[in-house]
Amino acid sequence: MRENGILRVIARFVIPLILLFGLYIQFHGEYSPGGGFQAGVVFAAGWILFVLIYGLDLGLKVIPERVMYVLTALGVLLYSLVGLAGVALGGHFLDFYPLLEDPHAAQQAGIILVEFGVGVTVASVMMLVFTLFARRRSWWDEVDAEADGEGR
Amino acid sequence: MTVVELSPFSMLVPLIASAVCALLPGRLWPWLLTFAAAAASAVIAAITLAAAMDGPLSYAFGNWEPPIGIEYRIDAANAFVALLVSAVAAVILPWAKTSVDQEVPERQGPFYALFLLAFAGLMGITLTGDAFNVFVFLEISSLATYALIAHGQDRRALLAAFRYLIMGTVGATFLLIGIGFLYMMTGTLNMVDLAQRLPELRDTATVEVALAFIVVGMGLKLALLPLHLWLPNAYTYAPSFISVFLAATATKVALYVLLRFTFTVFAPDYSFVALPLAVVLMALAIAGMVVGSWVAIYQANIKRMLAYSSVAQVGYMVLGVSLVSVTGLTAALLHMFNHALMKAALFMALGTIAYQVGSVRIEAFRGLGKRMPWTLTAFALAGVSLIGLPPTAGFISKWYLISAAVESGHAWLVALIVITSMMALIYIWRVLEAAWFRQPAEDAPAVTEAPLRLLIPVWVLVAANFYFGIDTRLNVGAATAAAEALMGGIPGGAP
Amino acid sequence: MEWLGHFNYWIVVVLMMIGFYGVIARGNMVKKILALNVFQTSVFILFISAGKIIGGSTPILREGVSAYSNPLPHVLILTAIVVGVATVAVGLALAIRIREAYGSIEDDRIAAQEADEENRQSEPSR
Repeated sequence: MRENGILRVIARFVIPLILLFGLYIQFHGEYSPGGGFQAGVVFAAGWILFVLIYGLDLGLKVIPERVMYVLTALGVLLYSLVGLAGVALGGHFLDFYPLLEDPHAAQQAGIILVEFGVGVTVASVMMLVFTLFARRRSWWDEVDAEADGEGR
Repeated sequence: MTVVELSPFSMLVPLIASAVCALLPGRLWPWLLTFAAAAASAVIAAITLAAAMDGPLSYAFGNWEPPIGIEYRIDAANAFVALLVSAVAAVILPWAKTSVDQEVPERQGPFYALFLLAFAGLMGITLTGDAFNVFVFLEISSLATYALIAHGQDRRALLAAFRYLIMGTVGATFLLIGIGFLYMMTGTLNMVDLAQRLPELRDTATVEVALAFIVVGMGLKLALLPLHLWLPNAYTYAPSFISVFLAATATKVALYVLLRFTFTVFAPDYSFVALPLAVVLMALAIAGMVVGSWVAIYQANIKRMLAYSSVAQVGYMVLGVSLVSVTGLTAALLHMFNHALMKAALFMALGTIAYQVGSVRIEAFRGLGKRMPWTLTAFALAGVSLIGLPPTAGFISKWYLISAAVESGHAWLVALIVITSMMALIYIWRVLEAAWFRQPAEDAPAVTEAPLRLLIPVWVLVAANFYFGIDTRLNVGAATAAAEALMGGIPGGAP
Repeated sequence: MEWLGHFNYWIVVVLMMIGFYGVIARGNMVKKILALNVFQTSVFILFISAGKIIGGSTPILREGVSAYSNPLPHVLILTAIVVGVATVAVGLALAIRIREAYGSIEDDRIAAQEADEENRQSEPSR
């Protein structure tokens, strides 16, 4: 499948668009439909398509597994810190109004930051899940060989 | 910072700590952070309980006024359960370090992060006043729990985790269906709002079905008798530390959710009238008490024996609930608390034996009484509490259960409670007999007493079993307040 | 044709039964997990179809529109979908580990292995 010219060419066109679309959903989430969950999944889907066409090794050069793992936690921490900022400035947890003077701007800033945390975590979790399953590939090859040997 | 503003932090501290913990290397730092988070959470929960005794606290997340935003509504009942969960976590963690170092030597950062997630999930379930939030936290804690159980050394831990995953997800989805029906009928997810709007809709089939789905779903998580099949293997093959934590907290929180829905969201005069819940719960509770104790007697693996005993103990709690009276509820909540103390002590003593001996099968106990006297004495004393002899905590909760049974005209239940307590005596006695009256096998490895860092936490819990059996002000007082809060329908009166 | 008016509920019921049947009846663990996913999906449809208002528009405030569909079920189900994805991921990961430990993901074969082991082994399980 990887040597198929059509796939390689189309993937080269489509992957940047998918990533761009993911970022678009991410950063328009505060006043139109969108947000971190959807954006993260779309972004991760772009990377997964890349891996399907160009192989896991190349994909992991773009984003090493360790980086994904760290980003997973950092996204959650960004979310929590924005929430705690609300507490520190005298409001409740995840209260965005104390963040800025203008209430609308405060809400937008809060939502963008929180959703960025969500997006980072979701994207890296999806990529990490995919990587962890895909790395079992060599093992699955053994299983297949075994099954062939048994004549099934 | 007022108590209300502080209250959600008993859930938030472990939740945020879990993200940090996942990144920490080595063996010391993850444990240290986990212990600090659990201790902080327990202190906050204790402060919250003290404040919640005077009336419910309400905390709106993001300052979105309820019912639009998610509200934490904390009355005596949830503060009591929250304190139970966080205190157990804080007490068992000093013991856990040694045990986890042996059983999960690699990658402890993620392991403790999962534990913190499971813990934060349980805290979230108890504190929240939003029905959908219950589902979300339930799944957070459940998913973390499946992964934790799979950390067990035996390969059967994987099977146990898988079966728990299938049954637990079905249970949680049932809860989701029930919540969905409630939302479709009332247009709200806030529990106080639901409680106000449901009386008009009480005769519709949808609401009855919603109640049925919620009861069955929580029955699964609670391990009520016919739905208990996931529990014995999950407790048996999980790492010792996780067995202790789950046995002491997980089923209790599920029982709390069941109580919160049947008593607060659907008023008790609805839940126990629209469906024959009192009869069904009583029958299942009795079956659980008898079958759980009976099967426990025949187990060769002592960890599994205690797991079946947990099924029986859940039966006692549900029996208290099925009496639908303040005394019955007090007995149920009291047993929730006391059972956490005794089961945590028993599983910790057992984990200590597993650490020293490497086996928890009955054969390995032969002659152990002379070699590990302190551990086995702790096991015996916690066992006394499980059987329910004075002056232990176990006696207090059985006493309340018996008074509740007599009060509601079910005097025959007394005989049943006594009989199942005798069965508990039998299965605890089997262990003690092997430990003190049997000679060790010839090829048994030489075993010495456990190190103090394991013994001290065990003995702290054993002492707690006796303390709460003699000075009952704290546990009985809180349980009574919690039962009254639950029986009052809307927590602590109108909002 | 009143029952057709509730066709979304019929779909939910059919999917729910297919999923639940699969969870109970299938011995293959991967099939069990996929059936569990179908079962969960039926509940998602139950929620989302309840949020639709006939004639209602997408819930974005704008001029010339007065009826909006209820966005809350969508948000709830977004969370539930994430939970579902996590469940499937954990379940499949466990299935892989079980395949590595037992050489099979068929319930009956593993049960047979377990029974053998129980018979052979009266000694400690560790």
